[in-house]
Amino acid sequence: MTEPLLMASELSVQKGVRALLSNVSLTVNQGDVWQLAGGNGVGKTSLLRAFARLARIEVFGRLERCEDVLYSGHSAALKGALTPRQNLMTHPSGLNAPSDLAIDTALEAVGVLGHADVQTARLSAGQKRRVALARLFLPSPRLWLLDEPFTALDVQGVNVLEARFLEHARSGGAVVFTSHQSAALGDELKVLNLEHYCGD
Amino acid sequence: MTDQSGIDTLQYLSGQTARHVRLQLASPSEIVNPLLFFLLVVILFPLGLGPDPERLALMAPGILWVVALLANLMICMRLFVDDFEDGSLEQLAMASTPLALSVIPQLLAAWMTGGLVLSLAAPLFGMMLGLPVSAVPVLVASLLMGTAIMLLLGAVGAALTVGVRRGGILLALLILPLYIPVLIAGTRALDEALHSGDPVVALAFLGAGVTGGLLLAPLAIAAGLRVSLEL
Repeated sequence: MTEPLLMASELSVQKGVRALLSNVSLTVNQGDVWQLAGGNGVGKTSLLRAFARLARIEVFGRLERCEDVLYSGHSAALKGALTPRQNLMTHPSGLNAPSDLAIDTALEAVGVLGHADVQTARLSAGQKRRVALARLFLPSPRLWLLDEPFTALDVQGVNVLEARFLEHARSGGAVVFTSHQSAALGDELKVLNLEHYCGD
Repeated sequence: MTDQSGIDTLQYLSGQTARHVRLQLASPSEIVNPLLFFLLVVILFPLGLGPDPERLALMAPGILWVVALLANLMICMRLFVDDFEDGSLEQLAMASTPLALSVIPQLLAAWMTGGLVLSLAAPLFGMMLGLPVSAVPVLVASLLMGTAIMLLLGAVGAALTVGVRRGGILLALLILPLYIPVLIAGTRALDEALHSGDPVVALAFLGAGVTGGLLLAPLAIAAGLRVSLEL
């Protein structure tokens, strides 16, 4: 159970000439839920993108991670012209085309099943966010890297998502997410405060 | 690659093709605009050149091919823009399928709603310019292959310039020189057909271009996208 899904040691993140973070070390084991905390502009998104190997930044240091990763960023790769169902069915990240049943279940879990066949462009910001997060309720990779997953969600949505994080962690997965709010995940939440790694 | 992962990859690619075809059909203006552009230019030429049918027929190959080239350029300018902005390209790059394979569905969808439609509509435009019916098969065949090559080449440029603000002119500068051999071969085939020569050599050249393009362009497009995504 303790095979690390992600191991970063003495990682430095640089954006142009500006050093964002230095000497970040983090080991994400199966069953972990990590929050990358810190104020605006501290480098949460940059570090997460570095973990996803999507860096538009320079990364120094050692980074090892498993290959099956789900990354969800600010822009959710949802097409307004497609319905939520079509969006999930043909999401560009996924190899396993999910079944109709799995998609129904996922959309129901995030509470947008009633809008499954409406154009995504007609949904509200929060509903779109929920459609994007429905990916987490489909059969998914072990390591989740989520950028601000709680944005635009209502209280009930936040609760559902937190419960899903814990469920995923208990079934052998791991979650790393950024947020500047403190999540109510109890003892199982580990927090990496990036304010301590600022600059040089 | 095991059998199962091969089937998964095929399923993924067909799903992506369905996604892109649906997206194209959802915005009909992007399919109709190049056709309208084609129609307008073909209407304008007789007004500018005078209505003499023989002179028009003589110039028809060049006119049709240049307009097809420009209409194709319009298509290429839109190619990766939406996917870049909404994060789809990032997700595509993170998927386990190599990027050089996973860009093909989008190219296929773009060709089916662009080049294919243009090629099939071209006989109508040809007749408006007085092109004899006997030259129509060569017109369609040369455009079917020519639009495919031009899309593949244009996609390489589009992949490189997708991250650049207002990259349209840059794209045109990058890829127009590469279009010149295609233009020469295409008009040559039509000229031969018009003057009862043998268009086969020029058509074979286009066919070779399609084959080579299909093999090499996806690799270049994937590399270009990686540069644009700064991966």
